[in-house]
Amino acid sequence: MSIDIRKFTVAEIRALIASKKISAQEICKASLEQIAAENPRNNSLITVMADRAMAQAKQIDSLAADGETLPALAGVPVAVKDVINIRGVRNTCGSRILEKFVSPYTATAVERIEKAGAVVVGKANCDEFAMGSSNENSAYGDVRNPVDLERVPGGSSGGSAAAVAAGMAVTSLGSDTGGSIRQPASFCGVVGLMPTYGRISRYGLVAYASSLDHIGPLSQTVSDTAAMLGVMAGPDPMDSTASAIPVPDYVAELQGSVKGLRIGVPKEYFAQGLSSSVRAKVDAGIRTLSSMGCETVEITMPHTEYAVACYYIVATAEASANLARYDGVRYGLRNSKAATLNEMYKKTRHDGFGAEVKRRIMLGTYVLSAGYYDAYYRKAQRVRSLIAQDFSRAFEKVDVIVTPVAPTPAFKLGEKTADPLEMYLSDIYTITGSLAGVPGISVPCGLVPANPDGTGSLLPIGIQIFARHFDEARLLRLAHHFEMAGGFKGN
Amino acid sequence: VKITEEVVQYVAALAHLEVIHDEARDYAANMSSILDYVGKLNELDTNNVEPMAQVLSNSPDEISLRADAEKPSLPLELSLLNAPEAGAGHFKVPKVIER
Repeated sequence: MSIDIRKFTVAEIRALIASKKISAQEICKASLEQIAAENPRNNSLITVMADRAMAQAKQIDSLAADGETLPALAGVPVAVKDVINIRGVRNTCGSRILEKFVSPYTATAVERIEKAGAVVVGKANCDEFAMGSSNENSAYGDVRNPVDLERVPGGSSGGSAAAVAAGMAVTSLGSDTGGSIRQPASFCGVVGLMPTYGRISRYGLVAYASSLDHIGPLSQTVSDTAAMLGVMAGPDPMDSTASAIPVPDYVAELQGSVKGLRIGVPKEYFAQGLSSSVRAKVDAGIRTLSSMGCETVEITMPHTEYAVACYYIVATAEASANLARYDGVRYGLRNSKAATLNEMYKKTRHDGFGAEVKRRIMLGTYVLSAGYYDAYYRKAQRVRSLIAQDFSRAFEKVDVIVTPVAPTPAFKLGEKTADPLEMYLSDIYTITGSLAGVPGISVPCGLVPANPDGTGSLLPIGIQIFARHFDEARLLRLAHHFEMAGGFKGN
Repeated sequence: VKITEEVVQYVAALAHLEVIHDEARDYAANMSSILDYVGKLNELDTNNVEPMAQVLSNSPDEISLRADAEKPSLPLELSLLNAPEAGAGHFKVPKVIER
């Protein structure tokens, strides 16, 4: 009978290994066995790192045998999204163009979790270059939601969410540019955190839209999320946007009171387009927060409806510049039939990129092109200021903001692939926070029936909490108390 | 906004993307509908609003910028490891200059 690693928190695994009740190698083996059983069904991992993981686990066990104090993440099996580099391991970004790319260096976030004893078991599937909301844009196949295999896990960190939900890893790293951690966390019933822009170094994260990209953890619990954040956060000489603002002990900060906390509920997030079943659960979640002694305040964030339009200009513009590097010269695929250099660029990029990536490169190139820069790109940057201002004004009145994560629960595979715009609109509630750079978390808040008539499988729903820049301690404390009060995973 | 197939080909050339005939039609349709949608930003008067390019943290420059000092970077061998074609310590590309 193998161990179900979902039963253990990060802290419990460390304690069990330290007291030799269970070995890191046994935990790692359980994770690898679950991967062998579940990956053929949900396709959440692109690369499994069995040998490397077992070697790491063995090292943890020898530390324990020597009676050494174990580091914070000792023996914890982690999946890492395949846009985050680990030296010597393939990093595909879900793209054909990087099918054979082997990372020559390791991302700071990965370096820090490994130094803290984490055991990386595999690289998680994702939408190509993190562009997508359903994990249907991967060159390595769709990821399926472990809760209901007919449905998407969300995206773009769909593999990172599914791997945790299916017990293949205890926690995972994802990346969030417009909702890519929070929305899949909501769809798969796990906790997903997008930290403040600059809280975790982006060094080694393959760039999609640099002013919006974040690395963050996906976990079973808020306390695991806090443990992961604490290890990864802080300045880094390799990323000048990684802030030197001191990193508190996020796990210790989970304790303490949430009484009297002022919670803003922006009416724009509960308007047309929000499904009634999601609304009912989020409303119930807000009542729970009130019963915990928080004060709810209705607020207005008037530029919310412009966020998706703003995002798809800013993000695609940055993407068109960032993805210029894939030209068949220094790494990745090359079309060798081309006779000239220019033809080689064009054919390589045509062959290597998928439809959605090309669509975004085209749109981004257009909005930056001569004659359109001011009308589109500059305009969108001005609107981004207004959206950020909505947040700063709200935070003069309230401590946190609570909203839905996504308008619906997980949708069916293929349901939204025909219309890119409809897919983009599924990120409406998460994109605002990405543009403002504030931290946001998705915490499970209940289950809803798949069909409006109350039939079908029960699907998880998340509730989103935003906080002020670098106020993750308060954000996580409220999320932790909410999780403790609810037992929301099973109802 | 009506994006024609000619505009698609112009943008594709800027982006170094090959676009074959059917794809041009699809890009034209997709880009037109997305640009129609983002046109809603024009409802907002932003004349007195500063553009926001970056989320800025409050730390002073001397904290966020490292010293401009020489240090080892990725070694040559590792840099060339993923090259589709390399030789003599260089990346190789199709000929760019006619003799």
